Amino acid sequence: MSNSTEKEQLQAEVTQEEKKIHKAKKKVTEKDTLEALGNREYKWGFYTDIEQEYAAPGLNEDVVRFISMKKKEPEWMLEWRLRAFRNWQKMKEPTWVNVKYPPIDYQSQRYYAAPKTDDDRPKSLDEVDPELIKTYEKLGIPLEEQKMLAGVAVDAVFDSVSVATTFKEKLAEEGIIFCSMSEAVHNHPDLVKKYLGSVVPYNDNFFAALNSAVFSDGSFVYVPKGVRCPMELSTYFRINSENTGQFERTLIVAEDSSYVSYLEGCTAPKRDTHQLHAAVVELVALDNAEIKYSTVQNWYPGDKDGKGGIYNFVTKRGKCAGVNSKISWTQVETGSAITWKYPSVVLQGDNSIGEFYSVALTMNHQQADTGTKMIHLGNNTKSTIVSKGIAGGVSQNSYRGLVKVMKKAKNARNFSQCDSLLLGDRCGAHTFPYVEVNNTSSQVEHEATTSKIGEDQIFYLNQRGISTEDAVSIIVNGFAKEVFRELPMEFAVEAQKLLGVSLEGSVG
Amino acid sequence: MLEIKNLHVEVENTKILKGIDLSVKPGEVHAIMGPNGSGKSTLAQAISGRDTYDVTNGEIIYLGKDLLDMEPDERAREGVFMAFQYPVEIPGVTNSYFLKTGLNEIRKHQGLEPLDAMDFLKHIKEKAKLLDINTDMLNRSVNEGFSGGEKKRNEILQMAVLEPKLAILDETDSGLDIDALRIVADGVNRLRTKDRAIIVVTHYQRLLNYIVPDHVHIMLEGKLVKSGDKKLAMELEEKGYDQIKEEYSSVKAKLEETV
Ligand SMILES: Nc1ncnc2c1ncn2[C@@H]1O[C@H](COP(=O)(O)OP(=O)(O)OP(=O)(O)O)[C@@H](O)[C@H]1O
Ligand SMILES: [Mg+2]
Repeated sequence: MSNSTEKEQLQAEVTQEEKKIHKAKKKVTEKDTLEALGNREYKWGFYTDIEQEYAAPGLNEDVVRFISMKKKEPEWMLEWRLRAFRNWQKMKEPTWVNVKYPPIDYQSQRYYAAPKTDDDRPKSLDEVDPELIKTYEKLGIPLEEQKMLAGVAVDAVFDSVSVATTFKEKLAEEGIIFCSMSEAVHNHPDLVKKYLGSVVPYNDNFFAALNSAVFSDGSFVYVPKGVRCPMELSTYFRINSENTGQFERTLIVAEDSSYVSYLEGCTAPKRDTHQLHAAVVELVALDNAEIKYSTVQNWYPGDKDGKGGIYNFVTKRGKCAGVNSKISWTQVETGSAITWKYPSVVLQGDNSIGEFYSVALTMNHQQADTGTKMIHLGNNTKSTIVSKGIAGGVSQNSYRGLVKVMKKAKNARNFSQCDSLLLGDRCGAHTFPYVEVNNTSSQVEHEATTSKIGEDQIFYLNQRGISTEDAVSIIVNGFAKEVFRELPMEFAVEAQKLLGVSLEGSVG
Repeated sequence: MLEIKNLHVEVENTKILKGIDLSVKPGEVHAIMGPNGSGKSTLAQAISGRDTYDVTNGEIIYLGKDLLDMEPDERAREGVFMAFQYPVEIPGVTNSYFLKTGLNEIRKHQGLEPLDAMDFLKHIKEKAKLLDINTDMLNRSVNEGFSGGEKKRNEILQMAVLEPKLAILDETDSGLDIDALRIVADGVNRLRTKDRAIIVVTHYQRLLNYIVPDHVHIMLEGKLVKSGDKKLAMELEEKGYDQIKEEYSSVKAKLEETV
């Protein structure tokens, strides 16, 4: 062989090798894009430097009294908190959940943090600390009414207190009460006494009892008889302080033939330590009333190694107390290191309807154990469950649901559909559907699927000019579509962006 | 436009393509025929850049660029289109959204403004009309619950909408009834322009009565063993693959003797 051909051959071999290396690299990047959804920068992770007032770390009766005192609460409220606290001391943290975390030291947490103000909480926006207004603006939630999304009223909760509620006067014209829980305790004690704990009793479960003892703030909504709330109500929860738990309490009461749509959103700064969030939400729908409750949960999920992130232990329950009433939960859960929540409906009134639509996305080291409980008590009650779990990284994503038909509930119906989508090989999806039927006239249907995002699907989209990252978003979006459809328009857009999902056009 | 030289492709360490040479000029239509498992789809997938198909040797030059250096989505944006033998279902994603996203990616690459929803609708309706394809398909999820024939027609619609420079149709005629076959063939003929090259993979000479190819190649065991004009396809129809296989193996035997 001559020298030059030998050289050529060598050159060819080298090129071939280079190509192989290039290809191997390419494979790695493709794999990365699949996980990139979860690695996307947490944009809401900043911290607001503001003078705060804290309770000393730890939990005892004095702390409960301190919180109540800070809020200038009436005696009955303090008594209720103390009852809850004493119960909580006797309770055990649940262990049946399909999540793992080191034991929480309840004595190292703070149970109260609030931006310092001279006096009571501010009455109007002019009195709100400009730093806070800036914080919410940065989060995309302008609090000045003229800047807001038309038709959305906001209650902004910062750590333990509500800092501002917009459109209050306008809503008051219709007789609608939309204010912070603390205000409701002062200004509407009869309503609070009547309904607080009526759906989730103070001793319901470990986390609900903890919340009842130390709950800080949250929103209160009351829609009078025959009123259709003219705008979306929303609360934006923000955890700011370090080592402080957030324990908000929300109560929504819809009187006969009323309608309200409510949305909550949440974010927190990035921190290396875990933070506890244990909320309680209670909904009461009376005769012919309808409550639509949507959540876009985006608490800090921790970093890609599982460091930090919010522990989200939430009790949400609605009671369809009246005939023909309807409660619908829609949730898009993308944040938190751990999510433990089961928004439920007690279908007490005849012909009442309960719905649960959920998208839960877990990436990296996130763990979610979420689902619903539908308890059928009344006749001809109907429930629908649509759950879409999406898991990537080394995350664990569980659906846990209970459909219970009581003896006296004639002609109850349930349809459940639980689908899981896996992005990669190291994550897990699990379904735990429990069904208890005590009346033979009922009809309960359950469907479940688990699929993996297909290499063939991604390639098909690639072949039409779409990048792998966008392809994954599009496929995930398609998978979760049924749930997004249930969100109010403005929030559907936000939720889809949140998933790194481009908005599906409305052609046709 | 497309120069394939000595292309070797492996799938999961099995050699599938064993030295393909193919040259396609703008405006030409090439037909590739060959028995099941001979490697036709493998060639199509390798040109489109599917990851599971390992190119171990050889090169593919497309419009003067090294195609093997590009990601599959880059190749698509450069104008390479493949109509899949088995189109993939994407639940919950409407056909029109999928196509609009793809088209706008390609337009962006060409430095054009993206089409908005209205303009896109106009564009796609025009194409559908041209191809005599029902637009109901546009609002359904991509290929989900489509019949075999609908899937194939959908591929042709996509080709029309995306206006590629090089289109590879992998058995787009399989599973079509005679009317659908005509629709697909007419569609391809309408899209046949002097700048666009088309490679048709088919088992049936019948299709080539409608789409008359400039060149016909026969693939056997991962090689293009014979090339000719449309008469080759007719010859094949008459004699079947056996004769060609025989010819091929005797050539191979001779070759082996001389080595
Ligand atoms: N992903 C794969 N994994 C394993 N083997 C494969 C894969 N893809 C192709 N092959 C093998 O490669 C060979 C060629 O397949 P290819 O699909 O290219 O054939 P074809 O000529 O298109 O056949 P047909 O006419 O049946 O479509 C076959 O033996 C096939 O089993
Ligand atoms: Mg094939």
